[in-house]
Amino acid sequence: MVQYFKDIGRGVATTLQSMWVTLPHLFRPNNGYTIQYPTVKWNLPERARSRLFNKIEDCIGCGQCARVCPTDCIDIQTEKRGKDEPEIFASDGTAIKLRTYVFDIDMTLCCYCALCTFPCPTHCLVMTKEYEYSVYDKKDHVYHFAVDKPLYTKPAKEPHTLKA
Amino acid sequence: MESIRVLLKSIPNYEALPAFLKALIPLLVSSVIILVLVLVLALFLVWLERKVSAHMQDRLGPMYVGGWHGWAQTIADGLKLLLKEDIVPAAADKVLFKMAPMIVFIASFASFVVIPFGVSSIVSDLNIGILYIVAVTSLSVVGIIMAGWASNNKYALYGGMRGAAQIVSYEIPAALAIMTIVVQVGSLSMQDIVNAQKGGIQHWFIFRNPFDFIAFFVYFICSLAEVNRTPFDIPECESELVAGYHTEYTGFRFALFFLAEYANMFVVASIATTLFLGGWSQVLPLQHQLIPGPVLFTLKALLLVFLQMWLRWSLPRLRVDQLMYMCWKVMIPIGFVILLGVGCLSVYWK
Repeated sequence: MVQYFKDIGRGVATTLQSMWVTLPHLFRPNNGYTIQYPTVKWNLPERARSRLFNKIEDCIGCGQCARVCPTDCIDIQTEKRGKDEPEIFASDGTAIKLRTYVFDIDMTLCCYCALCTFPCPTHCLVMTKEYEYSVYDKKDHVYHFAVDKPLYTKPAKEPHTLKA
Repeated sequence: MESIRVLLKSIPNYEALPAFLKALIPLLVSSVIILVLVLVLALFLVWLERKVSAHMQDRLGPMYVGGWHGWAQTIADGLKLLLKEDIVPAAADKVLFKMAPMIVFIASFASFVVIPFGVSSIVSDLNIGILYIVAVTSLSVVGIIMAGWASNNKYALYGGMRGAAQIVSYEIPAALAIMTIVVQVGSLSMQDIVNAQKGGIQHWFIFRNPFDFIAFFVYFICSLAEVNRTPFDIPECESELVAGYHTEYTGFRFALFFLAEYANMFVVASIATTLFLGGWSQVLPLQHQLIPGPVLFTLKALLLVFLQMWLRWSLPRLRVDQLMYMCWKVMIPIGFVILLGVGCLSVYWK
């Protein structure tokens, strides 16, 4: 009988205790943890790695990025520029001897390791902080950076497409 | 109802209408008013619940729809529910399946008839008002069992059975708590109960004597169980029974269950307000009513609704045996004791 009333008293006490725990939270909504994402955004860390970007005017077509890429997401095709063409240079003074007519990056394959950006001799391949680039078609995740057309070679194969 | 009749009389040529129309139109008008009230209340309470729960769990809840703190979120959700496909399971008992949500909704809708929002803001001041409420709110059990059975789904059936067992059990202590007030007032009419508490906070039944104070909490706890709120939400406990008796429901029918749940929350809160917190009567012992009765009544009821939400997000769900223990071994003995105590008081302490 004593135990019965003790149980009731304990039930009331613990209920009040739990209500006391939750009440303060009502008046300090979420302590500022939640960020209202589309309107407010995180400040990304300085060296955040997101979408790749290649400044094609500085690219010398050396292909080191494609070689180092662990997932083979970079496809580069080049040809030698003709003797009679004017000499062009990258912004750091490196002579551009090759015409890069295909420079495709498949961002669906990219693993964001940033290994490709380190060997780049002209520092033209960088990881940007752009992380909102969802698309409706998977094909739109293949970014074509090349602007030149080949003069002497026909493309050996189709430009890089999704490896389905 | 009376005020609606008076308003209608001011319409030109109203007196020239046939007698059956004159009887029918006030009914229709008042039921439309209640329907709108139920819908608006339910939408508001769903939003409030989401905000309260979110804040208590260190979240923000809906923030976008409508601009200010997502106030239009539930309107958008309701519209979405109306656009959803209405699925009736192939193995279900079609007739019962379609009837169940309507019965549940009608049960909560009909309780609004005798809720005294103000001196004249009551649809019908039945002389058996509180008895009517007890009868009509237990009608929802029929709908819940019907939904559970007709769905032909084991989880729904479990939910329906549990709901029936729980609601029928908790009716008894709830009725005992209500009886303590009826004994003191000497009337079952809701307006009489409110009138007996006029004249400030010290005349409210909750503060009259210790038995009534306990009776308030007995009624409040039992009303939580009757409307299937946590910690007594075993008929629809998500972690065991998917969604309980409305597992198989979609679209508009699900919306009816949902609306009825939140309307019921308000109904039991307003009954508790009427019985224990003085209904529409004012807080301070003043000559004039400072805040209009309906506003004051709604505020008091919303305070209790908030208490329900607060409890929901503070307590875990009871086990079935704990639930029955609480009803039959705690609530009912306490109910008898307070009824006896109040009976003695009102005989010897006239």
